Amino acid sequence: MKIRRFAGFAATIAVGALALTSCASAGTDGGGSTADSSGGIVTAWGSEPQNPLIPTNTNEVGGGKIIDLVFSGLVYYDADGAAHNEVAKSIETEDAQTYTITLNEGWTFTNGEPVTSESFVDAWNYGAQLSNAQLSSYFFEGIEGFSWDEDSELTGLQIVDDTTFTVKLKQPEADFPLRLGYSAYFPLPQVAFEDMDAFGEHPIGNGPYKVASEDAWQHNVEIALAPNEDYSGDREAQNGGVTVKFYETLDGAYNDLLAGQLDVLDQVPDSAFSTLEDELGDRAVNQPAAMIQTLIIPMDLEHFTGAEGQLRRQAISMAINREEITEAIFEGTRTPADDFTSPVIDGWSDDVTGSEVLDYNAAKAKELWAQADAISPYTGTFTIGYNSDGGHQAWVDAVANSLRNTLGISAEGNPYPAFKDLREDVTNGAISGAFRSGWQADYPGLYNFLGPLYGTGAGSNDAGYSNAEFDSLLAQGSAATSVDEANEYFTQAQEVLFQDLPAIPLWYQNVTGGSADTVSNVEFGWNSVPLLYEVTKN
Amino acid sequence: MAWYVGRRLLQMIPVFLGATLLIYAMVFLLPGDPVAALGGERGLNPAVAAQIRAEYNLDKPFLVQYLLYLQGIFTFDLGTTFSGRPVTDVMADAFPVTFQLAVMALAFEAVFGIAAGVIAGLRKGKAFDATVLVLSLLVVAVPTFVIGFVMQFVVGVKLRWLPTAVGSDVSFTSLIMPAIVLGAVSFAYVLRLTRNSVAENLTADHVRTATAKGLSRPRVVSVHVLRNSLIPVVTFLGADLGALMGGAIITEGIFNINGVGGTLFRAIQQGQSTTVVSVTTVLVIVYIVANLLVDLLYAALDPRIRYA
Amino acid sequence: MPDATTRPHQAHFFANLDQAPLEVVDSIDEGAAPASLWADAWHSLRRRPLFWISAALILLVVAVAAFPGLFTSTDPRFCELKNSLDGPSAGHPFGFDRQGCDIYARTIYGARASVLVGVLTTIVVVLVGGLIGAVAGFFGGWFDAVLSRVTDIFFAIPLVLAAIVVMQMFKESRNILTVVVVLGIFGWPQLARVMRGAVMSVKNADFVTAAKSLGASRVKTLLRHVIPNAAAPVIVYATVALGTFIVAEATLSFLGIGLPPEVTSWGADISKAQTSLRSQPSVLFYPAGALALTVLSFIMMGDAVRDALDPKARKR
Repeated sequence: MKIRRFAGFAATIAVGALALTSCASAGTDGGGSTADSSGGIVTAWGSEPQNPLIPTNTNEVGGGKIIDLVFSGLVYYDADGAAHNEVAKSIETEDAQTYTITLNEGWTFTNGEPVTSESFVDAWNYGAQLSNAQLSSYFFEGIEGFSWDEDSELTGLQIVDDTTFTVKLKQPEADFPLRLGYSAYFPLPQVAFEDMDAFGEHPIGNGPYKVASEDAWQHNVEIALAPNEDYSGDREAQNGGVTVKFYETLDGAYNDLLAGQLDVLDQVPDSAFSTLEDELGDRAVNQPAAMIQTLIIPMDLEHFTGAEGQLRRQAISMAINREEITEAIFEGTRTPADDFTSPVIDGWSDDVTGSEVLDYNAAKAKELWAQADAISPYTGTFTIGYNSDGGHQAWVDAVANSLRNTLGISAEGNPYPAFKDLREDVTNGAISGAFRSGWQADYPGLYNFLGPLYGTGAGSNDAGYSNAEFDSLLAQGSAATSVDEANEYFTQAQEVLFQDLPAIPLWYQNVTGGSADTVSNVEFGWNSVPLLYEVTKN
Repeated sequence: MAWYVGRRLLQMIPVFLGATLLIYAMVFLLPGDPVAALGGERGLNPAVAAQIRAEYNLDKPFLVQYLLYLQGIFTFDLGTTFSGRPVTDVMADAFPVTFQLAVMALAFEAVFGIAAGVIAGLRKGKAFDATVLVLSLLVVAVPTFVIGFVMQFVVGVKLRWLPTAVGSDVSFTSLIMPAIVLGAVSFAYVLRLTRNSVAENLTADHVRTATAKGLSRPRVVSVHVLRNSLIPVVTFLGADLGALMGGAIITEGIFNINGVGGTLFRAIQQGQSTTVVSVTTVLVIVYIVANLLVDLLYAALDPRIRYA
Repeated sequence: MPDATTRPHQAHFFANLDQAPLEVVDSIDEGAAPASLWADAWHSLRRRPLFWISAALILLVVAVAAFPGLFTSTDPRFCELKNSLDGPSAGHPFGFDRQGCDIYARTIYGARASVLVGVLTTIVVVLVGGLIGAVAGFFGGWFDAVLSRVTDIFFAIPLVLAAIVVMQMFKESRNILTVVVVLGIFGWPQLARVMRGAVMSVKNADFVTAAKSLGASRVKTLLRHVIPNAAAPVIVYATVALGTFIVAEATLSFLGIGLPPEVTSWGADISKAQTSLRSQPSVLFYPAGALALTVLSFIMMGDAVRDALDPKARKR
């Protein structure tokens, strides 16, 4: 009978897992300011940070949301994902390889310590050291002096004076300034290095908010943030503080929102998709976000290599009715994918050459599959691996049904109990079929959706994809000196992907949230997190 | 009696060792690499992963890990979670609220289950009996998440009689709804056990005798029937306390309670052996103590049962 | 204590002297085997309507589980999203679920896995837990100390942990039996406790003392006199548990460690209905209703058997 109480805890996990699947959160919320107590305290949905609140060690949404409010980086992202200088006065380069960064004067941490070049350089060096084992250390990979083999100083960082430092990269990267709003690049006060464990419990930052008191963080319950009176940037708090409440289930959080016990909710539960607009009216939010779900078919999977593989990959892509699934399963809270990136990213296009393979076409799919069968007849079951703790079962079942009905093959979901179990098989190449993958951008740039996922030998290249033409287009894009020029190369790189289909794009995940009538001015950022500093209490 | 209790308490030592070893081994056998999962979809660089593994002793053989853990226990150091929090802090947060919740749930199922069970047993085959049968079928067949969800929506959101969630507001009022939901399935067991026990004892000789002696019906029921009917019910309730504490995952999730069930579940999902073992060890102690109390109650309920 | 004063009374002390002619009582057929408790019980059972109603229901459930094809010709695995959440229509009396599968067909085909899981797990739990609990309660002393402490250890194992470990070992060959093993590991301790308590309260009864003093061996006493008389709470517990095991299977499936996805079960469908709770609660209604009906039939059967086993209740 104890057993019973475990039943249906799926919703429970969905939250935690989402935090995991959306591998990283960059962030741009912030709020707080001049303690003008211009209003009451806003309560916002969140999840318990999975790591101490150290910027370089926070790589998931739960902690990211808080870090972004408590710290300010060189730049911040506005609601559309555009980067604006925050602590930086200017970021200049001539060759996309050496950057000169000048800081605004007068910024301080909430303990009174001034924010200087050293605050950044020391923080970055801390984050990059191997022995510190920081989860976001790879963000410093491109800086000269970085090493995966031993502790080494980032020699590319040179302090010129208190408000100026230079960064030398190993190779040109045009979108480097764009990345600087990600939490890994935030500064740290000197006190942090004395006892990083203690700092992680009570971070001292320079952002629009500060941790309200010594015991403001009640683990697994909530964290209270108060406006930072000394904050002098653009993200000034428009409310009297933000309390982030940690929830285990979205259903519970949604009912709390309806009951007026929660002001802002970033994600509504699956069960509320259909009733969201009735219940919240214009306080409901449903818009595309910088997240994409794909179906990865390993490049060396039997029957999916060479010319035969290309045909089968196209057939499978065309056999999936994205429109129908996003409507029936997700009630329109997903947007059928048109490419490998996301519509909220500058440079996105819905008519990349070759993208017609994403349109549902049962007849064509059958025909392509038959052609492939002529090369070598297909046997066995096509499996789709997924983690059961992330709410993926419904759509995986729908895709499997769709493949069975359209192609007449045997297709099944292949559930793994937890995200880590799936990852282990994927990393070890032990998975014997296709599997799901989700990607949330760390910073709003096309490259972030391509390089880390499909570049030869890249960290998250789970398909084991390697294509020299694609790699070269990426490199040219990275070296380009203007974002527009870079995006042209990246679009061409996507054309290559549409040929090879190492991953089959499925849909963009929308941000589907809402707010209670107790607050106004709720706007969601490019990274699906509401800009909490803007929210005002009615 | 004192000797018996002392012996039972001494038995906790082998149980403790056995349980910790077994649970530790099971966590060790869990598939998936907990450290790799820290990197999320992006994965973790092998060098960083190796660092973290060394930090948590995950690179050592199983027995060494276990012995290091035992050593830690004797110095009151249960290690830290991957998020850097001492496991003792995590448990100190989770256990009080869960204990409160479990006791309330237990009280709910005991009071209502026994009351309804007695009435149903006395009126076996009548309308009330049939009604509570349907009720118990309902809580067995409808999953906890549905019961919890519907209650939360109706009582919390629509009627606004009780708070929808607990969160940082841990109070008697906010725990009423979760306690009812948590105790619902056990309520069905208590109800059925009491009902059948009462129905059976009604025909027992001593009850006939008591009735024949001219004792009033309420007295016969409360003293002669109920007391002898309670052994299976008390057995169930005693074993249920631990189950309610460790298994409240769904209820805790729905009502946003930072409790033991969720902590344990997350720790299992993340492969955090020290947290899993420490939490279950405390649960074992709860089981042992509750079962000891039940055994002592047996002697009080049935004078024929004695302990040397 | 009233108990003490009633102790000398024997149930048959009130035997129907006024009804039975003395010569019948006096004449003893020495060749006849004494009617066993079970034969008595069966004799009594046959005359109970409750037994026949529940037997008919169980038979129906078993028939559906064994021959689902007789009850529907629709394929439960043929699902088209265009039918998603559609209401009942001709040939589809219960309508469609979110995936566009026929709910009636799924309810019919879900019976086999669910009933097997429920019944087999209950049998395992009753055998293992019953035996351990009975031995611990009856013999006491060291038996009790060791067996009860082992029970305590198993109590402490979280279902999710046990399930993930065991199911991962059988990753390639998951089936109903592996699910039964997992739920069995998890379910027996509580039943052992219930059995132990019942045995302890029965073992000091007069008829047990009588059997012992007549020279019956301890094992024989336990099997023939104690267990049958201690069975009532175990039966009650087991019949309710049967339902919870079926639901628990859903939990495992939800975790991705239950039955393989191609197996249809009520539990899995109940869990999947979660997302339709606000928009289309009827999706939940049918599998849960089928589950409730099954549990009802076993609870009624349990009541009938219990009554039949109890000689005192039989006389009424």
